[in-house]
Amino acid sequence: MLTYAFKRTLTALPVLWIAITVCFFVLRLAPGGPFDGERPMPPGIKANLDAHYNLDKPLIQQYAIYIGNVLKGDLGPSFTTEDFSVAEQISIGLPYTLILGAAAFVVSILLGVLAGIIGALKRNSWSDHTLAALVLLGLVIPNFLMAPILQLIFGIELDWLPVGGWGDGSLRYLVLPVAVLSFPHIARISRLMRGTMIEVLNSNFIRTARSKGLSSTPIVMRHALRPALMPVMSYLGPAAGYLLTGSLVVEQIFGLPGIGRYFINAALNRDYGMVLGTVIFYMIVILILNLIVDLLYAWLDPRVRAQ
Amino acid sequence: MILQSFKCNLFNDVAEGEVSGRSLWQEAMLRLRRNKAAMIASAILALLIIAALFLPAFLPYGYEDPDWNAFRAPPSIESGHYFGTDQNGRDLLARTLYGTRVSLLVALVATFVSIVIGVSYGAIAGYMGGRIDQAMMRFVDIMYALPYILFVILLMVIFGRNVYLLFAAIGMLEWLTMARIVRGQTLAIKNREFIEAARASGRSSAAIIFRHIVPNLVGPVVIYAALTVPEIVATESFLSYLGFGVQEPLTSLGTLIAEGSDAMEVLPWLLWFPAAFLVLLLMSLLFIGDGLRDAFDPKDR
Repeated sequence: MLTYAFKRTLTALPVLWIAITVCFFVLRLAPGGPFDGERPMPPGIKANLDAHYNLDKPLIQQYAIYIGNVLKGDLGPSFTTEDFSVAEQISIGLPYTLILGAAAFVVSILLGVLAGIIGALKRNSWSDHTLAALVLLGLVIPNFLMAPILQLIFGIELDWLPVGGWGDGSLRYLVLPVAVLSFPHIARISRLMRGTMIEVLNSNFIRTARSKGLSSTPIVMRHALRPALMPVMSYLGPAAGYLLTGSLVVEQIFGLPGIGRYFINAALNRDYGMVLGTVIFYMIVILILNLIVDLLYAWLDPRVRAQ
Repeated sequence: MILQSFKCNLFNDVAEGEVSGRSLWQEAMLRLRRNKAAMIASAILALLIIAALFLPAFLPYGYEDPDWNAFRAPPSIESGHYFGTDQNGRDLLARTLYGTRVSLLVALVATFVSIVIGVSYGAIAGYMGGRIDQAMMRFVDIMYALPYILFVILLMVIFGRNVYLLFAAIGMLEWLTMARIVRGQTLAIKNREFIEAARASGRSSAAIIFRHIVPNLVGPVVIYAALTVPEIVATESFLSYLGFGVQEPLTSLGTLIAEGSDAMEVLPWLLWFPAAFLVLLLMSLLFIGDGLRDAFDPKDR
C-alpha cells in the first residue's frame, strides 16, 4: 500500500515540473508585462523595477532562480500588489476557497449517493422520475446561469438568503454558492450511482443475501453500497478539478474573496508571480486529492492493489 | 405460408444481389429513430441551427447596430424587437441568434480538433503497444489531473481573445477521453486478420493505422464526439461568461448571459432569452448524444 502511494507521488512530480515550466515560458513569451500601464513609466524607474524582480536577467537565468525558489518553498513576490508575497495572498484567499470547495465536495457526494440509491431502489416510481428531472436540470444548466437564477429566486424575490458576499461567514452566506457549485456534481454522481446500484442489486451475491432472508436496508448498506461506490470513487478525482473550475465562477458571481478571484485578476494584470503561484498551488491540491482518491480506490478494491 | 413468402423474399433478394440482413449501422439508426426523446431533440437542434443560420438575414435589425428609438425596450411584437433590446439599443433576437451561431461554430471546430488529436493519439498508442503505449496512456492519466481551464484562461489572456485560439484551446482540452476510447477499440481490432494481412504485405505502421484501423473506429468516435459537443458548448460559454471568450461586437451565448445577469433585476429579458437558447441547445445535444450511445450500444441501457 505504501509503495503504491509512493509510486503515485513520484509520477506526479515530473508533471508538476513540466506544467510549471510551460506556464513560465508561455507567460514570458507573451507581449506585455506587469508594469505596462496607461502611461509609460519613466525608463529609470522601469529599469529599477525590472532589476528588483529579476526581469532584466536572461530568461533562462530567471527560470533557474524561480525554480530554485519554488524548491525552497518560496513562491516569490506579487508583481502588482505591493508588499505582499504570493504565498501571503494565497493564504489570505485559501480559507474561503477551502471552505467553499470542501462543503461542495461533501454535499455533492452525500446528496448524489443518496439520490442514486433512492432512484435505484424505487425504480420508475414518481420519486425516481422527479430525481431524473432534477438530474437533467443539473446537467444542462451551467453554473453561471444557475447562480443568477438562484440569486433572483432566493435572494431577491423570496429574500431568504443573501445574494452574495461572505458576511460574517455564517451558513446563510454559504448556502447559495455551495448549491450552485455542487448541483452539477450531485446530478452526475447520482446518475452514476443509480446505474451501478441497479446493476449490483441484480447480481448474484445480492440475490443470495436476499434468499437468506436479509431485509432491504442491510442488503443495501452492508453488501451493495461498497461495490456500487466504485465508479463514484473514480469520478471524485476529476470532480476535484471541476469544483476548482466552478469555484472560479462562483467566487466571481457571489463576490467571495477566494483564490479564484486572485487568479483571474492576476491573469488580467499579468502578475507573473501570482499567476504561476496560484497555478502551482492549484495543481498541488489537485494532485494530492487525486492521490487520496487513488489510495481510497485501492483500499476499496483489492484488485487494484494487486496490480 | 409466411415461411414460404419469407423464403420467396430471401431468394428474390439473393437473386437481385441484395443482402437481406441489416447492417450494424442500419440497426442502430432504426433504434435511434424509435427513441422519441432523441428524435424531438434532433428536431429542436435542427430548428435552432436553421434559425441561427438563416433567420438573421430576414430580421430588420443587425446584431451590432443600435436602434436609436428603442433603448432597453421590453420584448414586443409591434416594435419588431421580439426579444427586446439591450442598454445600447441592440436587438436581442439578432444578438441571441448570432451568439448561437458562434457557440455552434466553436463547438463544431473544437470537436473536430479534439477528434483529430484524440483519434490519432489513441490509435497510435493502441497499435504500437508495449512501452510506447504505456508511456502515452500514462501521460493521458496525468493530463486528466491537471486544471486545464487555468491554462486555457492563461492562453486567452496572453495571446488576446482570438476566436481561432479559442477553438484550438478548447479542442486540446477535450481530446483525452477520446484518446482512451480509441485506444481501447484499437487494441480490440489490431490482431484481426485484415491487419495482419496488411502487415504481411509490407504496409508501414502509419498506413495501417490511418487506412485500416481508424476507418473501423467510426462508430465509437461518432458517439463520443456527440457526447463531447455539449461539453464544448458549455466550456465556451463558461469562458465567454468570465470574459475570456469572443470579443465585442462579436457575441456568444455565454457573453449574453453574463450581460443579462448583470441587468437581471431591471431588464430580465436580457437574461431569459439567451439562457433559454443555451439550455435548449445543451439539452437537445445531450439527448442526441445519449440516443446515439443507446442506439449503438444497446446493452448499456
